[in-house]
Amino acid sequence: MAEIAIRAEDIAKRYRIGRLQERYRTLRGAVARGVRGLGVRFLGRDWRKDEYIWALDGVSFLVRPGEVLGVIGPNGAGKTTLLKILSRITCPTRGRAEICGRVGSLLEVGTGFHPELTGRENVFLSGAILGMRRREIERKFDQIVAFAELERFIDTPVKRYSSGMYVRLAFAVAAHLEPEILLVDEVLAVGDAAFQKKCTGKMTEVAGSGWTVLFVSHNMAAIEGLCSRVILLRGGRLECDGKPEEVVARYLLDRGPVQGDIDLRRHGGRPRGVNPVMHRVRFLDRHGRCVNTIGVGEDLIVEISGSCAERLIDVACGIRVMGVLGQRVTTFHTRYQYPGRIALEGAFVLRCRVRNLRLMPGEYSLMLVLTATEQPVDTVDGISFTVHERDVYRTGKMLPARCGPYVPDAVWDVQSSG
Amino acid sequence: MRRVSQGSRVVVLPPGRWPRIDWREIWQYRELLYFLTWRDVKVRYKQTMLGVGWAFLQPFLKLVVFSAVFGKLARLDSEGFPYPIFVYAGLLPWQFFSESLQRSSQSVVGAANLIRKVYFPRLIIPLASIGACLVDFGISFSILAGLMMYYHVPLRISLMLVPALVLLTVFIALGVGTLFSALNAAYRDFRYIVPFMVQIWMYLTPVIYSARAVPARWRFLLALNPMTGVVNGYRSAVLGTALDMSGLFFSLAAGLSLFIVAVYFFRKIESQMADIV
Repeated sequence: MAEIAIRAEDIAKRYRIGRLQERYRTLRGAVARGVRGLGVRFLGRDWRKDEYIWALDGVSFLVRPGEVLGVIGPNGAGKTTLLKILSRITCPTRGRAEICGRVGSLLEVGTGFHPELTGRENVFLSGAILGMRRREIERKFDQIVAFAELERFIDTPVKRYSSGMYVRLAFAVAAHLEPEILLVDEVLAVGDAAFQKKCTGKMTEVAGSGWTVLFVSHNMAAIEGLCSRVILLRGGRLECDGKPEEVVARYLLDRGPVQGDIDLRRHGGRPRGVNPVMHRVRFLDRHGRCVNTIGVGEDLIVEISGSCAERLIDVACGIRVMGVLGQRVTTFHTRYQYPGRIALEGAFVLRCRVRNLRLMPGEYSLMLVLTATEQPVDTVDGISFTVHERDVYRTGKMLPARCGPYVPDAVWDVQSSG
Repeated sequence: MRRVSQGSRVVVLPPGRWPRIDWREIWQYRELLYFLTWRDVKVRYKQTMLGVGWAFLQPFLKLVVFSAVFGKLARLDSEGFPYPIFVYAGLLPWQFFSESLQRSSQSVVGAANLIRKVYFPRLIIPLASIGACLVDFGISFSILAGLMMYYHVPLRISLMLVPALVLLTVFIALGVGTLFSALNAAYRDFRYIVPFMVQIWMYLTPVIYSARAVPARWRFLLALNPMTGVVNGYRSAVLGTALDMSGLFFSLAAGLSLFIVAVYFFRKIESQMADIV
């Protein structure tokens, strides 16, 4: 038995910036680079020196067989790049990695699915692409279909599937991979709640069964629940490596200044492929001033603005408030708190006023969900928000954190005959 | 229940100066090659009314148009054979070659979503697209059989050469296709260059005309084109004319060197493919 499943030594990856604009190279670009190269050679300087960024800059770690390693970090920290290098999709610029065992990598759900092909055909195709043998797929075929709960539609082209069905089938194929080392990138954030539960269940099963897993996620609750060890990446460097609670706490602690006015159009907390409808969220105090934090017992106004191209009816907007570990603290939701029905068209503003906010001081993470006729329209997760201490009881004392997430507006009346 | 096999150990390194080609790995992924080929064939004629009929109809229509324009109107020299069978013996490999080149040159860019998300030897991609063209190639042989019956072309012993010629054609197509798939991944200009190039290339190959029609002092230019030997070879095999062995030999040599250059260039680009497609 090998002592080490993954050994990463000084892994670094350099990308050219402007990569998004000039995603691919052109002959003209090659000629221009050639000319520039001559300039460097003869003039001894390069006037476009900093056109590179290091997405990863010297990351080393070891993973032992059976370990479930969580990888966390802010957007752009290099988490996905790390997975791509370990799964050999892209080459490192420097360093080396050694991987002992059959690798299965899941960077997205449904890789290689073709819309024109039937569910059955896609199971075989996608299985082959993920590295399964044909025999293996044949053997597991019934299990896969049963897991996806798609027995009736397995011979229908997947382009006629609902997005939920599509994702279910895709995940079912991936879930039946049997690698020794599994590299997973945030694939749990798919499907409806029931299916997500099933996926998390599968992940827990995988994590407990002795596979080596490298798991990238923004969901701190999932990370703490599944992983035996966590590494924190920031700016392409490994900042911290240790027990899940400690590393997660450290990550949440210095996530940088919390903003009171957040542009949602290019927010990293939106699932891929979802069109931005909510464009901006602001936190306001009772005077309508934009604030970074709000004190316990004050009024908070959350203002979501955006615009929708077509008319949306039966709209519901929910703001889920999550604690640092991803646990739900409370929810603000039009379904329960707004009496009428909502229709939106063009530019819109939704304002939620929470009077006398009784949340324990600390960091919270908000998830904004917009639905129309029960169908999801837009979702943004991971909006941080801080509640700060105030002397709400006028005693000079604040409830300690262990007392729970709710700060009651409690008034004591004490009577004594003595 | 720890599953660790000593067998599969992978070392990830920065790309080296001289890429190594891991044929064993490509062999390990042969099932994927099969599935991707199968997908290409399956998807190509989905939701078309005629389905695989198109694989038959396309070369047939081309044959009709060429026979009418170049045979009847322009009256090109067809070495004494009926023009349709003369032109089809050349059109058959050419059609396969040009399809392969066009499809494979687009294949890597078209598989961008795969390349960015999963690892497998990328060479599989152009190979699979050429594999799918091979199916059409097989179907278009039925037209040749029909023409041979119609014009009472006897079944000669030279027809035994056809399998070897097919192999040679596939080989050249592999080389050129792989090269352009990598070039197109690196420089999207090739998306515009390739269709144009294919057209010009056809006129530089004795497909619609006979190599005999070219003045002797220019014939060496024609021979620089690896497809010349192939097309002439098919004609000799089908029509029983004298076989130009040196031409075939040159095609083989050119095909081989093209293939080696193409695969090395492909490997060179491969290491950054996920970042540029």
